Amino acid sequence: MADTQAPGRLGVNLSVAAAARFAAPIGLGLVFIAFFIATPDFLTTSNISDLLVSASILLVLAMGQQLVVTTAGIDLSVGSNLPWSAAVLGYAYTQGWGLPAAVSLALLAGLAVGVMNGLLVARLNMTDFIVTLGSLSVVSGLTLLLTSGNTIPVNSDFLRALAIDGIGPVRWFWVLAFLVAALVGFLLFRTRTGTYLLSTGGNIDAARGAGIHVDRMRLIAYASSGLACGIAAVLFVARTGGSDPSLQTDLLLSSIAAVVLGGSSLFGGKASVLGSLAGALLLQSLINGFTLLGISQYYQPVAVGVVVLGAAFISRFQK
Amino acid sequence: MTDTPARVAGEPSTSGSAAPTSPPLVEISGLRKSFGAVHALRGVDLTLADGEVTALLGDNGAGKSTLVRCLTGVHPPDTGQILFRGEPIQLSSPDDARHLGIETVYQTLGLIEDLSVWQNLYLNRELTTGFGPFRVLDKKSMIAESGDILSRLDVNVPNVRATVRRMSGGQRQSIAIARAANWGKTLVIMDEPTAALGVRETAAVEELIRRLRDAAVTVLLISHDMAQVLRVADTAYVLRRGQTAARRTVADATGDELVGLITGAVEGAAHG
Repeated sequence: MADTQAPGRLGVNLSVAAAARFAAPIGLGLVFIAFFIATPDFLTTSNISDLLVSASILLVLAMGQQLVVTTAGIDLSVGSNLPWSAAVLGYAYTQGWGLPAAVSLALLAGLAVGVMNGLLVARLNMTDFIVTLGSLSVVSGLTLLLTSGNTIPVNSDFLRALAIDGIGPVRWFWVLAFLVAALVGFLLFRTRTGTYLLSTGGNIDAARGAGIHVDRMRLIAYASSGLACGIAAVLFVARTGGSDPSLQTDLLLSSIAAVVLGGSSLFGGKASVLGSLAGALLLQSLINGFTLLGISQYYQPVAVGVVVLGAAFISRFQK
Repeated sequence: MTDTPARVAGEPSTSGSAAPTSPPLVEISGLRKSFGAVHALRGVDLTLADGEVTALLGDNGAGKSTLVRCLTGVHPPDTGQILFRGEPIQLSSPDDARHLGIETVYQTLGLIEDLSVWQNLYLNRELTTGFGPFRVLDKKSMIAESGDILSRLDVNVPNVRATVRRMSGGQRQSIAIARAANWGKTLVIMDEPTAALGVRETAAVEELIRRLRDAAVTVLLISHDMAQVLRVADTAYVLRRGQTAARRTVADATGDELVGLITGAVEGAAHG
């Protein structure tokens, strides 16, 4: 009879752990069902197609954040790095430097912020929270200086096509977001560098003791997050047709929320690319559904915040 | 440090007569290390015989940890000499020690809890397939060989794919030791390996130490447990205030004598 007891207890433990681990996919399913019941406009081909396009931007940001969180860090600067990279794109484009140069500069601008964060955190051993909070402010100021606070329109047929077209029903945004996610997943779980990133976040002293260059790993993480901001900025400009320096600060919380919802530990060492993907979709679905239902925009940050708090609550039951 | 005067000409002889004539694995003489005004090591002489278990004893602050760090390349010594198989060596980083086959199990174990057992066994020594930037982890080989590594040392870990977080204290200790033993081909240093373990787990670790000795791996064991030293060690060194206070053959020593040497109640001459 002892045999029947053991699996039972294990089953209960597993179900609590599973609920915590799969919070994002479960939440995503619930949100889909709720909105499907609430409005016939939600589960339509065109709405889901648009939903996935807007989720693509958040997903790219979340993938960068995922790498930083994996190393037990946090990148608060994404909130201003995206508008900054978008402004650089707009500025370069209106200066007549051509789209390839403007896009390259935007990617470099994002990367530069990430590298700066990484150097301050890894080399100078400054606290990640303060460093990225500081660069959040510095970079948002730089953006305002560059643009004088004005929106810069970017009229590019290529970018417009990037936002609207695709291969058949598969939109280019999805392809790009999928590639970024696949690349991050491959890096984390199939390469030595991924193991070192996880080790750095999991136990930095042990990683250092094993001869892993933990400073280099943290630099890679922040630089990648910066580059992800650059990529997201290109998508953002393509989608909105310009760079608005005052927008998109809510993407900061959403990018962190997507990662936490996905089951990654904010204390580092644990990562789930699929979980973060589900988390990003969940948050974007909430915003999309609220808009369809005509619920005031002011409720959106409330909903996102509540979901994040819920995720933090559930994560207590992890492990 | 300029040349090797004591080196006997000619190669080490064939295996039959190698054991009695080969130099000790590690020979430390006159080792000194200061941190500012703190003289952590004030002249340590110590010899690790090849294939033996040597215990390193001493009260807190006696210099045990500093000595280990000098031996693993974390702190370069100020003066003094370390001979490895009869040749002087300079250890300026932990990597240097690792290249000589010296591995250390620290009290903190150095395991990554959220990684699997096999990932920990191969940490920073991962096997890969492919070439250049397309190198990917060779998980299959590492998982298969991790099973071999553990079974060779008779370590009982049901699933090498499980994370270390799920392991008991004894299992973790065994994994850390197995990792050190697998890569430490010459010398495995253990810093109080059973300090946090229960009776049964302690016995398992001691059995592991004996198996290492059987496999001709030299072990330097730091321990505060005299009964344990008497059970597993061949030779014991006692450090006191940064100096070698005594060397004892464990078969001829008693626990009380060793405790007396540690506290200074028994005066011991460092016998070479």
